[in-house]
Amino acid sequence: MSKFFDNTDLNINKVENIVSSTLNNCDDGELYLENSKSEAVILDDNKIKSSNFTTDVGYGFRAITGDVVAYSHSNDISENSLKNSSANLKSTLSSNKGNYDNQIKKTNQKFYKEIDPIDNKSMDSKIKLLNEINEYARSIDASVKQVTANFLGEKKDIEILRLGGELLKDSRPLVRVNVSIMLEKNGRKETGVYGIGGRQSYDDYLKNDNWKSLCDEAFRIANTNLQSKPSPAGEMKVVLGPGWPAILIHEAIGHGLEGDFNRKKTSAFHDLVGKKVASNGVTIIDDGTLDNRRGSLNIDDEGTPTEKTVLIENGILKNFMQDRLNARLMKTKSTGNGRRESYKHIVMPRMRNTIMLSGNDTQEEMIKSVDKGIFAVSFGGGQVDITSGKFVFNCTEAYEIINGKIGAPLKGATLIGDGPSSLKEIAMVGNDMMLDPGIGTCGKAGQGVPVGVGQPSLLINKMTVGGTQIK
Amino acid sequence: MIKDKNYLLNISERILTKAKKLGATDASVVVSNSVSEDISYRNKKIDGSTRSENLGAELTTYFGKKKSSLTSSNLKEDILDELVKKCFIATKITPEDELNSLPDKDLHFKGLKELDLFDKTHLDNKEKINYLKEAEEVAFSVPKIVNTNGSGFSEKKSNFVLANSNGFSDGYETSQFTAYCEVVSKENGSMERDYEYSSKRFLSDLLSAKKIGENASKFAIRKLSPKKIKSERMTVVFDKRISKNILSVFANAISSNVIAKGTTFLKGKENNQIFKKDINIVDKSDIKRANGSKYFDSEGVRVDELSLIENGVLKNLLVDTYNGKKINKRSNGRCGGTSNLFFKKGSKTFNELINSSKKILYINETIGHGTNLITGDYSVGASGQIIENGEFKYPVSEITIAGNLNEIFKNLILADDLALNYSTNSPTMLVEGITVGGI
Repeated sequence: MSKFFDNTDLNINKVENIVSSTLNNCDDGELYLENSKSEAVILDDNKIKSSNFTTDVGYGFRAITGDVVAYSHSNDISENSLKNSSANLKSTLSSNKGNYDNQIKKTNQKFYKEIDPIDNKSMDSKIKLLNEINEYARSIDASVKQVTANFLGEKKDIEILRLGGELLKDSRPLVRVNVSIMLEKNGRKETGVYGIGGRQSYDDYLKNDNWKSLCDEAFRIANTNLQSKPSPAGEMKVVLGPGWPAILIHEAIGHGLEGDFNRKKTSAFHDLVGKKVASNGVTIIDDGTLDNRRGSLNIDDEGTPTEKTVLIENGILKNFMQDRLNARLMKTKSTGNGRRESYKHIVMPRMRNTIMLSGNDTQEEMIKSVDKGIFAVSFGGGQVDITSGKFVFNCTEAYEIINGKIGAPLKGATLIGDGPSSLKEIAMVGNDMMLDPGIGTCGKAGQGVPVGVGQPSLLINKMTVGGTQIK
Repeated sequence: MIKDKNYLLNISERILTKAKKLGATDASVVVSNSVSEDISYRNKKIDGSTRSENLGAELTTYFGKKKSSLTSSNLKEDILDELVKKCFIATKITPEDELNSLPDKDLHFKGLKELDLFDKTHLDNKEKINYLKEAEEVAFSVPKIVNTNGSGFSEKKSNFVLANSNGFSDGYETSQFTAYCEVVSKENGSMERDYEYSSKRFLSDLLSAKKIGENASKFAIRKLSPKKIKSERMTVVFDKRISKNILSVFANAISSNVIAKGTTFLKGKENNQIFKKDINIVDKSDIKRANGSKYFDSEGVRVDELSLIENGVLKNLLVDTYNGKKINKRSNGRCGGTSNLFFKKGSKTFNELINSSKKILYINETIGHGTNLITGDYSVGASGQIIENGEFKYPVSEITIAGNLNEIFKNLILADDLALNYSTNSPTMLVEGITVGGI
């Protein structure tokens, strides 16, 4: 039973009629309904900045024939609005005829609980905790000059109505807590940012004074950066730390393995399935089935159950990540990677939790093997050009490596490389795979979706480091 | 198609009345509506169509110095009252902040000037398809263009009303036509992509399909078979596509929000020489038909022309009501950012600029988010061309450029080729002594 048509002039029969008259001659499509609420409670500059609360209800109606996608969305759930959308879809697809497959794989899998993270922690206790975080962070050291902390919570209920009356549902909680600390010492300012989150309640992440470790970590990063010296520029060896640095794998390789770029042959990987694309020992998966992780989903936004998809196995390219459209056109199956930011956005193949699995080497051995290079522990933003394969990352914590030893912290180091070639430059894969703390949001074509990443320590033989110092 | 002003005003009045009735000492609300119809096109045929209809309200209620906001897309009458209630309950439990307030009444916009921000022209989907078809045909007529990442045409009409309990109530319609074309070039083992786009309030101001196609293919081809270069300090020229981003960073760094918190490298630099003496930066809100033009800011405060940099000296910050109070300044109508921001044009021609040094790195693309607003450190990935003795020689890629914005600002020289195509605009820009990271 759907709740979306309560208090409207619609009922499930009327809706099914509109859906079936619209999708009858199509290859695919659905009515996607979404009811979401989100909050942002922010402490900034010693004050609780006003709390913000957002509710959004709406539908996205999609019809596909061949490779043409017609989409219409509105936040007016009414007969008139739905009929207008239907007419709009039909006019785009009028000259085509398709063959709708109304069989969709079903699942009972649940990777997170149906909780409302916003309501299950009172506003009072959130405000109290933010104030405690502020006080604690400012008490760490006299150099702490600014603290920002926030609670971001969300609950999203979705329903997918397909031709033939199939109704698929999911209810998705998501939270994130961030702390940012700015230090000032001897006229120099640096910040450190740390966050944590996933698909559980705030308290699951903050219990046992866990929030103190967020502050400590943000302070440690900022304090490290206060001692940093300008980064060298040029090509050198790079050791990546475990966990969050896997965002580099996500950008540099992950996007190039999304079905749409490969169907359109604009990805550097499009003709490389079955071929060796990475060093031996490199195995990368995209997994939507990890409990409570930020990138996990019971079903994707087309209703396909998520799975653990092997992308690269021991260096060989195995699979692309697919939504229903690109899978059908490439004559394969959806891998449960069809995602959208909201009902206002079209579905695209997107990553979930993208992870490089552990190998046999140790981080110690990697550092020891480097005469001159850098050790990148954490990154800020990154970006990739899918067609040329070029990617860029800004280090938020990095150190120089000299003669096999970790040296001074570096400021403003940027890594630039080419996805396909850096995969082949991976010389050592660590035994210390770690998942990120649950903070990633991936942007693609203007749509942001929550994702996770993970990796062990890695040694990359050469990569261009951008800095201000020429050796 | 979009809701008229009266419809939006009715909702805003209902919300304000309800808020007052509940005991809110003040309230403000934005009710907005937009409809957009987009076509995407790829390889000689339509790829998709999207129709978007959005209606929503964002309300803020005050209880003394307490404040809280709520956004909703469900504006049915019975739900509306519930939303106001919910917002007010949240307000009452939010801690006080003595700086919270509506803007001063005497700063409210009360003008009659006409900025021409709405073009009622409707282009049906067939006409949009024809435009995109022509753009792609022009692009594909060029050798080495082998694929397309798609082209798109979007037509958006918006309307909104902003009202507050101090008597401000106004709104206006805007329109936006946007077209882009992104193509892929190939030569031996090298594959590159690039695009051209145009976005204007009036359809008749939009770049022609032919020009969009020509530029997209030209840009994608000039990147083919790039070389890597050695790390060295070089004179860099930033294409207008990139120089305007450097201007955006400047604007972010003088926002009262970051000045008040001290999280910007330009804190305390008011009345200091930041650029060379011949550099001037203006934010002009009332250019007819321009993308950045607006009658009032997101608080209802009038937006007068503001001179930010005069003869290289920082003269004004971007101030909103709340953060203004922290730094003892009144709002200058910049809540929500700048309007039409630009460097006034420089005195050198483009040719003089690219001939000013024997070897120049010309940057027309940067990737990454490598700007640190607190320290001014700047480090991004880049690609472009090498210019030798004024001639474009060969493309380069997989390089980084790095420096500190304090130095970059002090050194930059502008060409005289300013064009007001976007809401932030810069002429071509030259900066000496940038560290280029390569092999």
